[in-house]
Amino acid sequence: MKEYQTITEISGPLVFAEVDEPIGYDEIVEIETPQGETKRGQVLESSEGLVAIQVFEGTSGIDRNASVKFLGETLKMPVTEDLLGRVLDGSGQPIDGGPEIVPEERHDIVGAAINPYSREYPEEFIQTGVSAIDGMNTLVRGQKLPIFSASGLPHNDLALQIARQATVPEDNKQGDSEDSEFAVIFGAMGITAEEANEFMEDFERTGALERSVVFMNLADDPAVERTVTPRLALTTAEYLAFEKDYHVLVILTDMTNYCEALREIGAAREEVPGRRGYPGYMYTDLAQLYERAGRIEGRDGSVTQIPILTMPGDDDTHPIPDLTGYITEGQIYIDRALNSQGVQPPINPLPSLSRLMDDGIGEGLTREDHADVSDQMYAAYAEGEDLRDLVNIVGREALSERDNIYLDFAERFEEEFVDQGFDTDRTIDETLDIGWNLLSMFPKSELNRVDEELIEKYYHEDETEEAVEAEA
Amino acid sequence: MSQATQQETVREDGVIQSVSGPVVTARDLDARMNDVVYVGNEGLMGEVIEIEGDLTTIQVYEETSGVGPSEPVENTGEPLTVDLGPGLLDSIYDGVQRPLDVLEEKMNSPYLDRGVDAPGIEMDKKWEFVPTVEEGDTVEAGDVLGTVPETVTIEHKVLVPPTSEGGDVASIEAGEFTVEEAIVELDTGEEITMHQEWPVREARPSETKMTPREPLVSGQRILDGLFPIAKGGTAAIPGPFGSGKTVTQHQLAKYADADIIVYVGCGERGNEMTEVIEDFPELEDPTTGNPLMARTSLIANTSNMPVAARESCIYTGITIAEYYRDMGYDVALMADSTSRWAEAMREISSRLEEMPGEEGYPAYLSARLSEFYERAGYFENINGTEGSVSAIGAVSPPGGDFSEPVTQNTLRIVKTFWALDADLAERRHFPAINWSESYSLYRNQLDPWFVENVRDDWPEERQWAVDILDEEDELQEIVQLVGKDALPEDQQLTLEVARYLREAYLQQNAFHPTDTYCPPEKTYLILTAIHTLNDEAKKALDAGVPVEEIIAIEAAPRLNRIGVQEDYVEYIEDLKAEITEQLRELY
Repeated sequence: MKEYQTITEISGPLVFAEVDEPIGYDEIVEIETPQGETKRGQVLESSEGLVAIQVFEGTSGIDRNASVKFLGETLKMPVTEDLLGRVLDGSGQPIDGGPEIVPEERHDIVGAAINPYSREYPEEFIQTGVSAIDGMNTLVRGQKLPIFSASGLPHNDLALQIARQATVPEDNKQGDSEDSEFAVIFGAMGITAEEANEFMEDFERTGALERSVVFMNLADDPAVERTVTPRLALTTAEYLAFEKDYHVLVILTDMTNYCEALREIGAAREEVPGRRGYPGYMYTDLAQLYERAGRIEGRDGSVTQIPILTMPGDDDTHPIPDLTGYITEGQIYIDRALNSQGVQPPINPLPSLSRLMDDGIGEGLTREDHADVSDQMYAAYAEGEDLRDLVNIVGREALSERDNIYLDFAERFEEEFVDQGFDTDRTIDETLDIGWNLLSMFPKSELNRVDEELIEKYYHEDETEEAVEAEA
Repeated sequence: MSQATQQETVREDGVIQSVSGPVVTARDLDARMNDVVYVGNEGLMGEVIEIEGDLTTIQVYEETSGVGPSEPVENTGEPLTVDLGPGLLDSIYDGVQRPLDVLEEKMNSPYLDRGVDAPGIEMDKKWEFVPTVEEGDTVEAGDVLGTVPETVTIEHKVLVPPTSEGGDVASIEAGEFTVEEAIVELDTGEEITMHQEWPVREARPSETKMTPREPLVSGQRILDGLFPIAKGGTAAIPGPFGSGKTVTQHQLAKYADADIIVYVGCGERGNEMTEVIEDFPELEDPTTGNPLMARTSLIANTSNMPVAARESCIYTGITIAEYYRDMGYDVALMADSTSRWAEAMREISSRLEEMPGEEGYPAYLSARLSEFYERAGYFENINGTEGSVSAIGAVSPPGGDFSEPVTQNTLRIVKTFWALDADLAERRHFPAINWSESYSLYRNQLDPWFVENVRDDWPEERQWAVDILDEEDELQEIVQLVGKDALPEDQQLTLEVARYLREAYLQQNAFHPTDTYCPPEKTYLILTAIHTLNDEAKKALDAGVPVEEIIAIEAAPRLNRIGVQEDYVEYIEDLKAEITEQLRELY
């Protein structure tokens, strides 16, 4: 292994060095500064005689005399089951003062794509205990379901609630998954120390840390390191899921910071920028993270991802949420208006979506009436929302009796169904029963999305009368 | 990708000069544009995309981590081709036609490894060949020599390759052959096998392109009823995420009355492709009752698979489609999504540091899109048969904004536009196809078919529905300002009728076993049921019955249940009678 002292250019996070041997693309580099500090980096472009290196820990302190060492391999994550309960920094070094990690295997962090033919279609319901998710946008094992949030909204509380409560209800467990354990991988990218503490305290308080691996890249850590952190987290997740049979829930926060780091590198390389200055390959890059969720045929474990992103300016057409939405299997929207009304968790079900819901619910999975109830509540809440705009103009008296029920429904839907608090854990039965309480406000003929037999079985006759009385 | 010919054609080799992601430049490589090359010690497959001086730029179809300068580059001297022959159906490929099931076996891993190649069709499987020509017959390029039962649904026709000179059949024999064994010998000495190769970027030859006059019946009410596509037509489905592009594409793949389906998953989700792989072998083809997979060829290049292979997967798909068209079949190709394909072009183009056009897309974006859609059409083949390729492309505009380059360039070419609408999706109105923005330019040329095969007044009924929906659009604007009660009674009634059009006719539940497929006759009858309500209600109104009472009749909400009825003819007859009776009782 040769060492070079041939740095010709340092620009932002990039270092260019001359070499006299061929260097592989993506290879790992160690740079030792004259002060004796070692920084790690990765080859971004390799041509005869010159390589471009992206330095993870930032380039400050590097000068022309720094020594550059090529390790001859791509970046690997040392993986072992002993990682559970450990806290690591954004580049995978332990920061919890615990013992050194003795790896069982070392895995390439750029995971190879899963062959679509080898995947198993996810259809195992995960009960998060949150009605707005379980009832309306059901999460299943192996899904990637991001939380679309914005600054100042309680997305972290929701993520913690899910991490705490997520279970697969006993009677739905399929034979092979009985022994599989549950693990949480937490990948933080550029979050503040305060937010990090919030997560750590909750993990410790609930004892969740024992079954977690935490990767922390904080706001004041080098930005470039953020491009590695989620890959380390996902490599660990894949190992635990597909080799050690764990059901792994990966929480990545905040993807917006990750994308900013990508943009920073792109700019330093003087690449042709795509929309809003983000690199043109951001879709592919994000896909290489998100697509690492899933199930594999013949393996017991699963990787479920909940990436969190904050939408700049609450704008979901911004490239980060936009590209994410095109890759992930749905999204959960945190809503500013609901938040200011005090609804906890402030999930707006209307723009939210779970693409894998239809195959994960119904008889034998959740309950026979699940699909119809959720469909009907969607339609009713959407209509109620529309009418709210109208009420502002013409007043409630100008509306028909039918319209008034829809308005009441929207109100009660938010208060009783969505607003459950961050500490309430509801079973799917409870969630659907609340749904029926609300749907029973309508006369039966309005429930055109529910099967007639199910109406007979679950509809509460008295609710309508109450509603009519209240109206009178 | 074809392996059969690469050995004997290997030419001058070069060495890698630099590597940057999927783009590799090589020095001293003697190659033509679009030649396939093997890159590096692992022999990763790539394609020549630029030649400048003694530097050749290559896009590599696999991950390039660890590949470095001075590794060898080997030229095959052949352009990117697909293997054509029996065995294309009931299979799943990546973007360069490597069968994914074979790759899984060869790599012995659920992950896609590098440097592994496999032919697109099984080379050693024996097929039962039945000749349809005799010794002494004269055959020309494109002629059918015999048939092979490829799947339970499809009889594969063995064709004289389009490049052949033709001649008299010197020997032909029935029996079991592999695709590489000669089945026919011509007097010119030419031996013909069941295996053909064709360069993906070149359209297969045809005699003429004809005007399509038959609809591709999809079993989706809003498509068949309002915005039909022809066999051999082109359509675009643009929509923001979550609006139902993929479900619409899946519905078409399941229920469209084409003989062959080629489904290209281009840069989309892995789990979605898995769903297709798991569902299609179990689902029944509505026309034949056989498994759907027996008429389907899948190409899956998911978003995390190499970007260069995403660029080529569309071409691989359309070439396979053309091959079956040459046999006289009606083929429907679904590409989900063409935006990912365009982005792959953009990504490669930016690595080449080409001057970007609009929004960073290369300036040749529109040319590539039109080249692709022009390969669709209703054709007279060179052997005199007729066949069609219908191309339906999903478009994923950033932020759902249809003014972006991929949507706009696509709309300039395609004749059917199904605009998906996030607003409709949010209220779970599915399929979320916006009826005022969408259009089909095939309507008039397809009307004679519907008149002949469904009902005489198909065009009139449709026009009636369109008028009501248009009127509703206008009325809604007023309602937003003054409320519904301020409208005159007849307009309130129109709103009510329009509501049933939306709920009972335009909406369709893809997940309900009956409603998921709606034959054209049912599509028509539902419309007449709503029309009956409209006419009878108008009469009642004229007779002085208040609109509240008309709206409140018990039978009307049952319109929304027609979709899920299997015995719809009887149900609709009863319902019409009941609506009429209940309304007439009011006056």
